[in-house]
Amino acid sequence: MAALTPISRKPLSMVIPAVAAAGAFFGIFVGAGNGSVFLGIIGGAAILAALAWVYITVLKNERMARWITIALFGVLGLVSGGAMGAVLGLLAGWFFGFFIYWLYEGRYRRKLLPYMTSGQVLWHYGFRVVCGAIFVFLITPILVVLPLSFNAEDFFTFTPEMLRLDPEGYSLKHYRDFFNNNEWQRSFKNSLIIAPIATIISVSLGTLAAIGLSQSHVPGRRAIMAVLISPMIVPLIISATGMFFFYSDIGRFLEGTLGMNKNFVGYLKVILAHAVLGIPFVIITVTATLVGFDRSLTRAAANMGAGPVKTFFSIQMPLILPGVISGGLFAFITSFDEVVVILFVGSASQKTLPWQMFTGLREQISPTILAVATILVVISIALLTTVELLRRRSERLRGLSPS
Amino acid sequence: MKPLKSIVIATALATVAGGAMAQEMTIVSWGGAYSKSQLKAYHEPYSAKTGVTIINDDSSNEAVAKLRAMNEAGNVTWDVVDVVAADAMRLCDEGLAMEIDPDTQLAPAPDGTSAADDFGDLLVSECFVPQIVYSTTFGYRTDMVGDTPPTSVCAIFDTETYPGKRSLEKRPINNVEWALVCDGVAAEDVYDVLETEEGQNRALAKLDTIKDDVVWWSAGADTPQLLADGEVVMGSTYNGRLFSVIEEQNQPVAMLWDYQVFDLDGWIIPAGLSEERKQRALDYIYFATDTQRLADQAKYISYGPARASSAPLVGKHADLGIDMAPHMPTDPANSKTAVLYNFEFWADYRDDIDAKFQAWLAQ
Repeated sequence: MAALTPISRKPLSMVIPAVAAAGAFFGIFVGAGNGSVFLGIIGGAAILAALAWVYITVLKNERMARWITIALFGVLGLVSGGAMGAVLGLLAGWFFGFFIYWLYEGRYRRKLLPYMTSGQVLWHYGFRVVCGAIFVFLITPILVVLPLSFNAEDFFTFTPEMLRLDPEGYSLKHYRDFFNNNEWQRSFKNSLIIAPIATIISVSLGTLAAIGLSQSHVPGRRAIMAVLISPMIVPLIISATGMFFFYSDIGRFLEGTLGMNKNFVGYLKVILAHAVLGIPFVIITVTATLVGFDRSLTRAAANMGAGPVKTFFSIQMPLILPGVISGGLFAFITSFDEVVVILFVGSASQKTLPWQMFTGLREQISPTILAVATILVVISIALLTTVELLRRRSERLRGLSPS
Repeated sequence: MKPLKSIVIATALATVAGGAMAQEMTIVSWGGAYSKSQLKAYHEPYSAKTGVTIINDDSSNEAVAKLRAMNEAGNVTWDVVDVVAADAMRLCDEGLAMEIDPDTQLAPAPDGTSAADDFGDLLVSECFVPQIVYSTTFGYRTDMVGDTPPTSVCAIFDTETYPGKRSLEKRPINNVEWALVCDGVAAEDVYDVLETEEGQNRALAKLDTIKDDVVWWSAGADTPQLLADGEVVMGSTYNGRLFSVIEEQNQPVAMLWDYQVFDLDGWIIPAGLSEERKQRALDYIYFATDTQRLADQAKYISYGPARASSAPLVGKHADLGIDMAPHMPTDPANSKTAVLYNFEFWADYRDDIDAKFQAWLAQ
């Protein structure tokens, strides 16, 4: 960024209130955990203001001051919260030791432009803090699930053993339960059958619809578009009720009149219902990519003697592929996460993972659900990483620098 | 892309077709430790004997509504359903459950006593085969009640001695009875008082004294979780769930048996099954409700078997090896003040009192 900005020490009148404010904010959480938010705020502000004052006016040795802060917070954490408290305390101590001197020495200006006003500097860091807070709110619910899934007990509780980081408090039994329990295995298998097939159907139909609807000569295309997108807009519970009666009739016809296998019909109903839910996502993403598609390419292809099918697969499809793939991902997630329609349309032999998790949460609150959630999170991260790596590789092969 | 697609479809079809070869039946129950006890005592031996694959659906909570919808749509996917006696009566009255004749369609006791005599008074509906006697009762955190653990159900209304939240079921049944008993009504007069408008108001007024301290639950697993978390100091739930919390999970929780309310739980078969499925369901029920099987279930969960002939066969817990008899709600030491769920009263007054209770909750 900019050239090195000269920095200078800041007056105590600015450092101490800022440090105290940070301490008060930190104190809210410590206080809430120990019973009194108010005491936490006051205590946090007082301790940090005192520390800052002592370091700056009395101690005047940064390295020693930072070690003292780490040790002090570590001991405080150990006393109030055991091993886990000590770890958090050490982290907090490291941060506050850094923070006090970062403010006092004026280091926070080092990487900023020299002519920025204090208001701009404040906004610069305030913006980052807000962004960080948003990330924390998005991620924490997922992170809380991870350690709880290793709970040695059958409840959603951080036991004292877990907080002491005692190995006794942790176990893999909920993972074992997932892999050994027939109900979980059946629902996992069902999810792996239903979601991919529903995705393939919605991607094929959705892409075709989007291409058709992007032709200017199609009559009433806005109305058709609205109808096709309606499953996304109508409340799911309403579509689900309608689908229940609709597919029951279809099921009776297929089983009774055509004599098809009951199980096969069960899967067929769920897959079709999920495909219907996935189609709008594909249409929307593919339509968006088609906006940037140059129509003269198809005319050029036709000019050179290619039929419409050949043109589609060799010219159009490769160009709109990113839109098709992201639509497909959305459709897959819709089916894989869907719990309302499956509860209505499916029977127990088609139960999917979300169904099993939903009834499991209501009836038994078993941490096996958390173990499954953890596995799913890991799988999704792995999938997304693979897709991203493949994309970069293909761009590298094509001679582009990966973006 | 193309070969991948066909592989996926082929695999899926193969799985679907493969699954269809074996006989399957869907059994609906309550989930949790209860479903597990049925799995061990009934499903596993039945599957081993007949080769039928049993699929569990933990939907008994909404059995009545779902069976109505399934019946209306002509798409009944359940074969055997585990419901409480009151639900079984409603389903039977509405024609949604099949009548079962105890003399020809249920197993006699080993000594030859007919099933009808063996179940006795517990056969409360023609469609219902009782399985267990369970009770709704209280558990409390032993580390949160100080030196004076509660001995009376009225501890739930005593927020001074036992401060903290308590969990109660989000419905009037049982709660209003407890409220009246703790308001000084003699146990035998409770339903006479509840029949009147003033009596109902009196019960709600008593509940009103602790309204701010109540966490309302609707699924049987809620109270165990709240107790394990220490979120509540005491709470009502089914006695089997509490047994699991105390003996199997070793939580600091103890039972309060005072004024426990007995209720029955058992099987029904939905009306309108095809002949083949009906025969299979009847065969399962004949097997699962015989004397030995009912006694076996008590090895896994502390609910009393519904057959008189099963009681002497109740032994020790399958994993823990502790004697199960003292943990049964029907044990004489636990059932001194026990009352039986009043089916007749609640059939007549449930809708009225429910509406009042919900209005009171919303205030």
